[in-house]
Amino acid sequence: MLIINNLKASIEGKSILKGISLDIKPGEIHAIMGPNGSGKSTLAAVLAGREDIEITEGTVTYLGKNLLEMTAEDRAKEGIFLGFQYPIEIPGVSMVNFMKTAVNEHRKHKGLDPLSASDFLKMMREKKELVEIDSKLANRSVNEGFSGGEKKKNEIFQMAMLEPKLAILDETDSGLDIDALRIVANGVNKLKRPDNSFIVITHYQRLLDFIVPDVVHVLYDGRIVKTAGKELALELEEKGYDWIKKEIENNVTT
Amino acid sequence: MEKDQDKIISDVTTSEYKYGFYSDIEMDRIPKGLNEDVVRLISVKKNEPEWLLDFRLKSYRHWLTMKMPTWPNLKIAPINYQDIIFYAAPKERKNLNSIDDIDPELKKTFDKLGIPLQEQKHLAGVAVDAVIDSVSIKTTFKETLAEMGIIFCSFSDAVKEYPDLVKRYMGSVVPYTDNFFATLNSAVFSDGSFCYIPKGIRCPMELSTYFRINSANTGQFERTLLIADEESYVSYLEGCTAPSRDENQLHAAIVEIVAEKNAEVKYSTVQNWYPGDKEGKGGVYNFVTKRGMCKGESSKISWTQIETGSAITWKYPSCILRGDNSVGEFYSVAVTNNYQQADTGTKMTHIGKNTRSTIVSKGISAGHGQNSYRGLVKVLKNATNARNYSQCDSLLLGDKCGAHTFPYLEVDNSTAIVEHEATTSKIGEDQIFYCNQRGISTEDAIGLIVNGYAREVINKLPMEFAVEAQKLLQISLEGSVG
Repeated sequence: MLIINNLKASIEGKSILKGISLDIKPGEIHAIMGPNGSGKSTLAAVLAGREDIEITEGTVTYLGKNLLEMTAEDRAKEGIFLGFQYPIEIPGVSMVNFMKTAVNEHRKHKGLDPLSASDFLKMMREKKELVEIDSKLANRSVNEGFSGGEKKKNEIFQMAMLEPKLAILDETDSGLDIDALRIVANGVNKLKRPDNSFIVITHYQRLLDFIVPDVVHVLYDGRIVKTAGKELALELEEKGYDWIKKEIENNVTT
Repeated sequence: MEKDQDKIISDVTTSEYKYGFYSDIEMDRIPKGLNEDVVRLISVKKNEPEWLLDFRLKSYRHWLTMKMPTWPNLKIAPINYQDIIFYAAPKERKNLNSIDDIDPELKKTFDKLGIPLQEQKHLAGVAVDAVIDSVSIKTTFKETLAEMGIIFCSFSDAVKEYPDLVKRYMGSVVPYTDNFFATLNSAVFSDGSFCYIPKGIRCPMELSTYFRINSANTGQFERTLLIADEESYVSYLEGCTAPSRDENQLHAAIVEIVAEKNAEVKYSTVQNWYPGDKEGKGGVYNFVTKRGMCKGESSKISWTQIETGSAITWKYPSCILRGDNSVGEFYSVAVTNNYQQADTGTKMTHIGKNTRSTIVSKGISAGHGQNSYRGLVKVLKNATNARNYSQCDSLLLGDKCGAHTFPYLEVDNSTAIVEHEATTSKIGEDQIFYCNQRGISTEDAIGLIVNGYAREVINKLPMEFAVEAQKLLQISLEGSVG
């Protein structure tokens, strides 16, 4: 699905990602954990196609194509979805209108006709139930005046609508209470299929109680310093990131 | 990112003005220039009665004493009035009884513009008065409307057939001394639309005037007079286009509206004159005086305008709220892209008691466009309990354009409540990226955001035109920012 090889990136001349390699296969859930400032969100943004990040080295291959050559909207239409850590407000643009445009752009890309209004609304209804989102939200402007939890649920709702092949969830759990967290996790679990993959970026182990990852990576200072099974998350929770830091320092000294 | 944005802004745009074609129609043109003889000649061409010639001459003589005002926030190249043709009309205009009498070339022109001169079934909800250069060539559904006593015809026909109404109301809202361009119009106006809705009648269809400038070096000076008698209702729409030319062309029109007791008039404009090219060459100077008088109590006049065209737009559709409990509204979206300039807004003059006015102005600036809102809310001494709410929003695309707001409030009655809100926002890169990430292109994202921003105003348009207006907004901003 996605192969990242020695990816290095910087923002305004400052090096953020310092050589990342990952191999994500269809059907896998990868968790990326790490302390603040380790480069987690930058990695998500690079994969989604943000242009203010400069790629200095490395390759990213997505479904056999060079991802770094694709525009952000083409990546989206090819099935990459980014759940934003801070979803953006777009005043005046209703969720219905926004999603209809997005869904139909995806369909056009696949050579399908646009959905009829009634089919589209039916789809919205089904997906809304999936993430237990208040049906009134659909008539409001995109993220405008949404609470923190509503914004995150709205991201999962959009993911459900667009049915991505690779979903990257950037700290979708931050700022959620336990109920919202469960709803978000349920949404992800219901959308999981053998042919799609997830990258779940999180600071805390909490989310991984609900979304069980196949692989856990620890990102620290722009590098993946540890990769293991789901038990790594528990170990991190117990020992904290200092444990990783110490281990790295020891490695350097030895 | 900045570099990238600069690039996209510099790509501004290749979006073609699709009404820029010229039609080769046989025309009757008078020589260039302006003097008293030209004024007389126009009157002769139009077979006018003495009283109208007097009105013209009075106006012309007054105009000679006036100077073009310099207060607007606009850069206007000097206008040489001796270089303008003040009258141009398609030839062979005998008495047109059927559509077949119209020059086929003319018919083709309006077909191309999507304006039906035939009374087509699927457009049965709209009656059209089609004006090309200086004259009205066809008014549809005239007979159907006449059955209800509604008069909808060209201004010239009204002068002949309803001289009393014209005499009584012409100049009653915009006097011939009003301002430089209104006075010029009063001297040389050639045609326009006339509409009278009798007492107690709700006009069953949208009335509309479509203005087309076709001839080169020609100014268009039309006049619209709309009278809504007691308890009547009418919704009126005007649209306009012009060929793409390197010279600037002057359009100086007057619209006068009178609303009697309990009458309601909705006046909508979709202005799409040729805006000039990407470098700011050419385009129409749109200097228009529009004013409505809420004469009777509980009358209502509502202006809605979507201004996307013209090199320079300079106009303030206004309401004089004379009747007690009368209501004035102004909803505007003005777009300036490339080198377009706009200084537009409204005047709400509260005279009667319990009068209310609402102003919603949405400016959108892109490219090197300059967009000014200028508005006056005036509450006179006797206007007890007057209310005004004003909202002026500006949206900027890119960093080479400008938005300016000049609100004036003059309140002479202590019971008045006047509110003013203003916001300025920029389409953020974050918003665009968020849309991109959902598979929506930058162009479409701007379209979505701009239409969302303007929705409040677009919703005020008659349904048939709201969709057109939305498309127009998107086209006029195509490729303007990243």
